[in-house]
Amino acid sequence: MSAPQTYTRPIAGWWRRNPFYRAYIVREMTCIAVIAYALELLVGLARLVQGREAFEAWLASLARPWPIFLNCVALLLIAYHAWTWFEVMPKTLPFINLGGRRVPDRTIVASGAIAAVIASLVVLFAFLYL
Amino acid sequence: MAEPQTRNIRIESLRYAPGADATPRMQAWDVPFTDDMSVLQGLQYIKDHLDGSLTFRWSCRMAVCGSCGMQINGVPKLACETFLRDYMPAIRVEPLANFPIMRDLVIDQSDFLAKLESVRPYLIPQAPRTLAEGPYRQTPAQMDEYYQYSQCINCGLCYAACPQYGMNMKFTGPAALALLHRYNSDSRDAGKAQRMEVVNAEDGVWGCTLVGYCSEVCPKGVDPARAVNQNKIESTKDYFRHLLMPRGSGSR
Repeated sequence: MSAPQTYTRPIAGWWRRNPFYRAYIVREMTCIAVIAYALELLVGLARLVQGREAFEAWLASLARPWPIFLNCVALLLIAYHAWTWFEVMPKTLPFINLGGRRVPDRTIVASGAIAAVIASLVVLFAFLYL
Repeated sequence: MAEPQTRNIRIESLRYAPGADATPRMQAWDVPFTDDMSVLQGLQYIKDHLDGSLTFRWSCRMAVCGSCGMQINGVPKLACETFLRDYMPAIRVEPLANFPIMRDLVIDQSDFLAKLESVRPYLIPQAPRTLAEGPYRQTPAQMDEYYQYSQCINCGLCYAACPQYGMNMKFTGPAALALLHRYNSDSRDAGKAQRMEVVNAEDGVWGCTLVGYCSEVCPKGVDPARAVNQNKIESTKDYFRHLLMPRGSGSR
């Protein structure tokens, strides 16, 4: 028997077809903010190696309106990126049972997110007051 | 008792006849329906009264057989448990995305079925038991570990939802990997080492980028994305086990 003639639809533009796919693409694209901020810190590290003067010039270059604005945007995008990781965290875990009951997915998501907020606050506190 | 109220809805369906059509086309009908009618019943009305050539798969009419999966307004759904009343004034049906179309709403599922077979979807016990030794026993907690993954009805909605499968048909895909996980997490099974070959392969779990839409569209709550992504951890563990103990761990 010969294989039946079939028609395969093109896949191009698949991510535009559905809100779920668009959210996925947004989630993936926010990694650009993570990369950009990592590069910014890397430049800072290089300036630090070059000496005090270079490092302070780098700090001053960031303390202008545009860099502050861009860093705020990056912070929002990175926060969203982090949240999407917690959202998919249950998918990566085996079932967790506590007291004979399965821990619901939303509890896992919430505990991850709360832990991240607490850790961020501790870092912020240490940075500001220690 | 009052007669159920009848309204009209416009049902637009993709049509494709191999040999006659070079590319698919759309055709629409005005279909009378009552509030209790599913999309499947709407299609059956078309076939019985308006156009007998419209081709689609169906069997049980109650979300058990997994035959009537199709794109309904672009979303993979079972036509039998989707109601026309929710789509007034018009609804568009197409064959499940990512699969080759055979005719109208019927897709070619041969690749999907081959993938289900490829994961050794049966219990591979450590040591075979004789009838006299009785059944393999299992606690409710042990059953809980795999129960949801065993609810798959092979409807293919998750493959239609998976862009990675759409872009690379070699990807083993959500349902087959969930089925693999169903057997791997069964306390009576000892076939994990054999199945790791599928998990670790280039087109195994690493073909997944966790879009997660497969779990969203699953009509039976199987959560294939969870099965796939847990096996990324298993695959990583397996990799390091072989790196540290090249001989003797026996799972490749």
